[in-house]
Amino acid sequence: MVEKAEVILGENEQYVINMGPQHPSTHGVLRFELSLKGEIVDKVVPHCGYIHRGIEKMCEANTYQQIIHLTDRMDYLSAHPNNEAVSLLVEKALGIEVPERVKVIRTMLSELGRLGSHQLWWAAFGMDLGALTTFFYGLRDREKILDIFEESFGSRLLHSYICPGGLMNDIHPNFKTRVKELIPYLRKKLPEYDQLLTGNVIFTERSKNIGIMTKEDAISYGITGPSGRGSGFACDVRKAEPYSAYDRVDFKEILMTEGDTFARYQVRILEMYESIKILEQLVDQIPDGDYTVKMKPIIKLPEGEYYQRVETARGELGVYAVSTGEKFPDRMRFRTPNFSNLFIIDKLARGHKIADLVAISGSLDLVIPDIDR
Amino acid sequence: MEYEDFNDNDSLEIFKKSGGNILLTSVDNVINWGRSNSIWPLTFATSCCGIEMMAAGAARHDFARFGIEVYRASPRQADVIVVAGTIVHKMAPVLKRLYDQMADPKYVIAMGACAISGGPFYTNSYSVVRGVDHVIPVDVYIPGCPPRPEALIYGVLQLQRKIKAESKENRMETRNNFI
Repeated sequence: MVEKAEVILGENEQYVINMGPQHPSTHGVLRFELSLKGEIVDKVVPHCGYIHRGIEKMCEANTYQQIIHLTDRMDYLSAHPNNEAVSLLVEKALGIEVPERVKVIRTMLSELGRLGSHQLWWAAFGMDLGALTTFFYGLRDREKILDIFEESFGSRLLHSYICPGGLMNDIHPNFKTRVKELIPYLRKKLPEYDQLLTGNVIFTERSKNIGIMTKEDAISYGITGPSGRGSGFACDVRKAEPYSAYDRVDFKEILMTEGDTFARYQVRILEMYESIKILEQLVDQIPDGDYTVKMKPIIKLPEGEYYQRVETARGELGVYAVSTGEKFPDRMRFRTPNFSNLFIIDKLARGHKIADLVAISGSLDLVIPDIDR
Repeated sequence: MEYEDFNDNDSLEIFKKSGGNILLTSVDNVINWGRSNSIWPLTFATSCCGIEMMAAGAARHDFARFGIEVYRASPRQADVIVVAGTIVHKMAPVLKRLYDQMADPKYVIAMGACAISGGPFYTNSYSVVRGVDHVIPVDVYIPGCPPRPEALIYGVLQLQRKIKAESKENRMETRNNFI
């Protein structure tokens, strides 16, 4: 008679598996080293560097206008805020005041980018949890925003449009009417998102009470953006330190207190409505005037250290530059939102099932080239 | 085919050799027609180009029309690997391994400037592989930073033409010429 084995393999003992770097749910080339007990996650060790391109080092051999093009490629879903961060830093260092027209257009572009980014996140998040329909709905609406981008700057994703001193060129004459058409379109379509996912029983079961992040955690790990605001951490740079035209628009900083995956989801959904509100206020207020101030072909910042932060779709992006008075920066450092947001995943995923890890990493909205730079 | 002989995309049909057995060539044609219209890509996106690849698969561009439809998460089920994005030195061994895991016949599309030559990271970067063809043999190059979804669709159509022009003799030519 065969004796019954006492130990089922993997049931009680710990074992380690790799998730990534090529995995559809890590949204790029992130690698998680998972310690599992059965199906329960015991420990998550994120491994970075699979898309480390050395952008910070490259900045030391590029002029400030050239650096703009590298920042695009970090967080490619919020290209405008990334460009804006470097532009604002240069303008602050040189003491340049950009025209009102530039400020309003920059704000509108950032919000359009935020809408597109959140729609893509919503599409991918639904797909992570097994709802393929969200992918088509989200990207359908995103294409409308990309049409506006394409008309004005000729590119869909990496625009390099905001540059030190203003904008690369003037917006297309159709820009205003296109945005005006977009606002009612999105107002009609965004409730579909709620109908499809927010009330869905499968979705709420998989997201409520999963990966709870307390406010203290969010602050100590430096979680910013919608992920931090889902835990009640008021970290919106647009409110705390208004730049461009954010001081004159009326919008609400969305705060949730639950801190679970569902709260982070809801913050992003509600933020889309706020973005539409900002666009609505600004679309008729684009003043006439120059689209740029005249800049020298080679910008030399005065000696010193500079820091500028902006709010991208994923959180706070900080740019730190050290200048020795040369045309190249001596040191350029990016405090990217995704890098800080990533490392809490160990704390959030512990004790949950491995399938919940996918939901948690999806709700943090990670863009991997932004982590590795 | 030698590199010098490749003048434009029309020279692809040179692949097709005449004078074969009438039965075998007809069978080849049918098989190639079938294979070229059901290319399954691997879900492999390292950076920005991956977003355009997603957009190409979504509602507006819908490149499922051309049979390149089902994104497979496992390399063992995929026919083509669309290298969408920068490959750095840490990622290169993983890419090679993914390519080796794919079952024959397999194809590679290098999408975007980074995959072709390193793109904006060609100069001054210490960690970027200057072109994915240093690691694996490439069938189709799609330029752009990032290429539009239409460009990806065009690239896929070129790959389909290449597959249709293949025969048993020259099927492995790209890989055998790869050093």
